[in-house]
Amino acid sequence: MITRADFEVIAGWIRPGARVLDLGCGDGSLLAYLQVHRGTSGYGIENDDANLLACIDNGVNVIQSNLEAGLKEIEDASFDYVILSQTLQAMRHTEKVVSEMLRVGREAIVTFPNFGYWPHRLQIALGGHMPVSKDLPYQWFDTPNIHLCTVQDFEKFCAEHAIAVRERLVMSDGRQVTVLPNVFGKLAIFHLASQGAG
Amino acid sequence: MIVTPQLAHFAEPLPLASGVFLRAYDLAYETYGTLNADKSNAVLVCHALNASHHVAGHYAYQPDDIGWWDNMIGPGKPVDTDKFFVIGVNNLGSCFGSTGPLSKQPDSDTAYGAAFPLVTVEDWVDSQARLLDRLGIPTLAAVMGGSLGGMQALCWAYRYSERVRHALVIAAAPNLSAQNIAFNEVARQAILRDPDFHGGAFAEHDAKPVSGLTVARMIGHITYISDDQMEEKFGRGLREGKNYSFAPEFQIESYLRHQGEKFSKYYDANTYLRVTKALDYFDPALEHGGSLAKALAPATAKFLVVSFTTDWRFSPARSREIVKALLDERKAVTYAEIDAPHGHDAFLLDHPQYHGVVRKYFAQINSLSLGRGLG
Repeated sequence: MITRADFEVIAGWIRPGARVLDLGCGDGSLLAYLQVHRGTSGYGIENDDANLLACIDNGVNVIQSNLEAGLKEIEDASFDYVILSQTLQAMRHTEKVVSEMLRVGREAIVTFPNFGYWPHRLQIALGGHMPVSKDLPYQWFDTPNIHLCTVQDFEKFCAEHAIAVRERLVMSDGRQVTVLPNVFGKLAIFHLASQGAG
Repeated sequence: MIVTPQLAHFAEPLPLASGVFLRAYDLAYETYGTLNADKSNAVLVCHALNASHHVAGHYAYQPDDIGWWDNMIGPGKPVDTDKFFVIGVNNLGSCFGSTGPLSKQPDSDTAYGAAFPLVTVEDWVDSQARLLDRLGIPTLAAVMGGSLGGMQALCWAYRYSERVRHALVIAAAPNLSAQNIAFNEVARQAILRDPDFHGGAFAEHDAKPVSGLTVARMIGHITYISDDQMEEKFGRGLREGKNYSFAPEFQIESYLRHQGEKFSKYYDANTYLRVTKALDYFDPALEHGGSLAKALAPATAKFLVVSFTTDWRFSPARSREIVKALLDERKAVTYAEIDAPHGHDAFLLDHPQYHGVVRKYFAQINSLSLGRGLG
């Protein structure tokens, strides 16, 4: 689950007045928060009908589209930031979406539930079953989360794909986790850019 | 909601895209709701091919004559006339009240007939702007329309950018495809080749190109419905059985004939030719080297673009062209792709997600207007 505190972390990385694209923007509450607190402009992309209505209610621009189809309607480097919040783990084409993010945006912010969180480890190691928690509430057979990863996995992914990690914060219930974040952190928030980008 | 049609006369000639002037003209219109004190709640509704200014409500003397978008517009409806002042206007060249081929020419007892000039989407929008002047409305809270009406809404946004705060472009396209034009041309040929058309002077011959209009409408109707919907409604169903004749045997045949014949009774052939031509000509990108983004660059309105998944006349891909141009120009735009089975005609139907989107969008417009009022 993403909290106001997580919004604050993301907002803290975003320059005032920036142009922001939020992929899988849900009900648009993050974009609405950024509009108010950072004076940002931009759009959300969302495929779900109910979320689309919620976005309109929240006063954010939203484009109904399937992220898996790519962002072909969006020109290169047309946004300052592209955000993918709590969506990466449900994407089929992980590599493609991250490379698209860094094509249309100068910088990217990715958040995802840390599969390495210790209760998840315990449930597999001792319980012998796939983890089910407040952050990952699904059973193995009905989960939309097909690409779960740990903080460590994602760092390796970035290194292998020439993606620079500008900043990284691991959160638990709105508080930053500094000790063994891959064990005690629930939510990872990464600030990314293409390697060599200024 | 009981409504009364009104007529506004304009004595000042209107320059048309074709280069000719319309010397003087009338516009038929209706209004619903109340214009507020700061005149900030006006919504203009533009109509499509065969509709009119009778958008919502009914006439006291004709309770069955319900406006063509009555499911969308009225008290408590998605476009809530308790909050907004909605204007429906009949386009020039129509046969439902505004000056058109059936109207008498100025200083003459004869109707225009074939002499009525060709009018374009831009001409319509220019005439509508004069109606707003007449009603004392400086800016529109929103302009909206579906299909050809959506093209007018789009045109308003770049042609009178300072007068439009929101534009709702529904089931529209940035221009017609070759296939769209082809369907229009077959419809026109059906009329033009009807011996009763007499080069448009059929009234002088006491004739009416009924068969041409019927066929034209039948062709149009095919493009308004999705393949699936047609299959579901009619399939290969026969009315009675095979007669080995050319009488209407399949249900789809009898449906199309019925629609065509009904249409030929109330619609004017010269109007049909002109409205389809206005559709064909609409192409805002043409003057900008083919760049729709450049054409839309002057717009300051916020946009809502809506398409329907099974619309093959103006498919979602055509709406996404509009969205892309708006994204390229960094305009405020929301895009909804409605999963509806009905094809192009879905924009006239009561679909919960579609109406939900429009309802919430207008609620936003309303709350923004309140913000403006307080600020």
